[in-house]
Amino acid sequence: MSTAPDGTWIVILGLALGSFALRFSFIGLVGDRRMPAWVLRHLRYTAVAILPALVAPAAVWPTATGGALDPPRLAASAVTLAVGLTTRNVIFAMLSGAATLYGLIWLLG
Amino acid sequence: MPFTTSNSAFWAGVRSGAPFIIVVGPFGMLFGVLAAEAGLDIVQIMVFTATVFAGAAQFTALQMMQDNAPTLIVLASALAVNLRCAMYSAALTPYLGAAPIWQRALAAFFIVDQSYACSLIEYERNPRMTVPQRMGFFFGVMAPIVPFWYFSTLLGAVLGTRIPESWALDFALPIMFLAMLGPMLRTPAHMVAALVSTIAALLTTWVPHNLGLLVAGALGMMAGAQAELMIERRKVSQ
Repeated sequence: MSTAPDGTWIVILGLALGSFALRFSFIGLVGDRRMPAWVLRHLRYTAVAILPALVAPAAVWPTATGGALDPPRLAASAVTLAVGLTTRNVIFAMLSGAATLYGLIWLLG
Repeated sequence: MPFTTSNSAFWAGVRSGAPFIIVVGPFGMLFGVLAAEAGLDIVQIMVFTATVFAGAAQFTALQMMQDNAPTLIVLASALAVNLRCAMYSAALTPYLGAAPIWQRALAAFFIVDQSYACSLIEYERNPRMTVPQRMGFFFGVMAPIVPFWYFSTLLGAVLGTRIPESWALDFALPIMFLAMLGPMLRTPAHMVAALVSTIAALLTTWVPHNLGLLVAGALGMMAGAQAELMIERRKVSQ
């Protein structure tokens, strides 16, 4: 990894403090007061907005192939998402994606 | 079922949380393996997993560090993934807000997908639970999960550096994120959010310092919120 060792500790510490702050925010500080509806409405979509944004460039232009479109990785992405959507089972989706990736890498050489 | 003590509520929580060790084990191990592959030492990996205690955010930070993103962007992106914990915190507050502050602080540390989901279902099903019973249930859910998460991370960290490169672990993170994403897409609004952020992420790869991720995430959230409003309005007018 090329992030400096110091950088790693800063990330760990910052993430530990930040994560606790997020979790403590309401239960600790807000207490029984109500939250504005529009805030909650946006918070509901954080994970489903961030995760695909993180994956999309890696799936379409993987670093392992120097950014070239890679059929095994693209197919593995599609299978993982489709299986997760239909079965609602995280582990099953992961295994299907891995099987697709390895199967196609082996088939296509 | 009605609880007589917070002790029996704790054990009901244990029963509710126990099945999740099947999911948590492989996740923790994968984090240990990938973190070791990324060059973190065992102390860093274990402090990371013990203090941050958030699977998806930990994986995000790992991915961004490998992409050489600046530290601030790594933090912002991983915390953005964890914003949903603030939402969980908000949702649990009406049920646990009256507990002593030290209990609320301890519970806050353990707010994750599983503890939130199991507890909220139980609180809604069982409206006459007392606050100590609710706390007992919450910690019961986490009791089997926490040690399992730490132990499996350690196991992965020890095994990590021995895994050969031919295993194409570069793509383990994307597969993991996609696997988590599928079950989260419960409504059309969730799908709109995911679709908009995907397109935005592909169009903003030129933005420096991986800031495209945050832009795409923000656009996705706004799209999801707007879609939810539109769907609700349509329901009302029908």
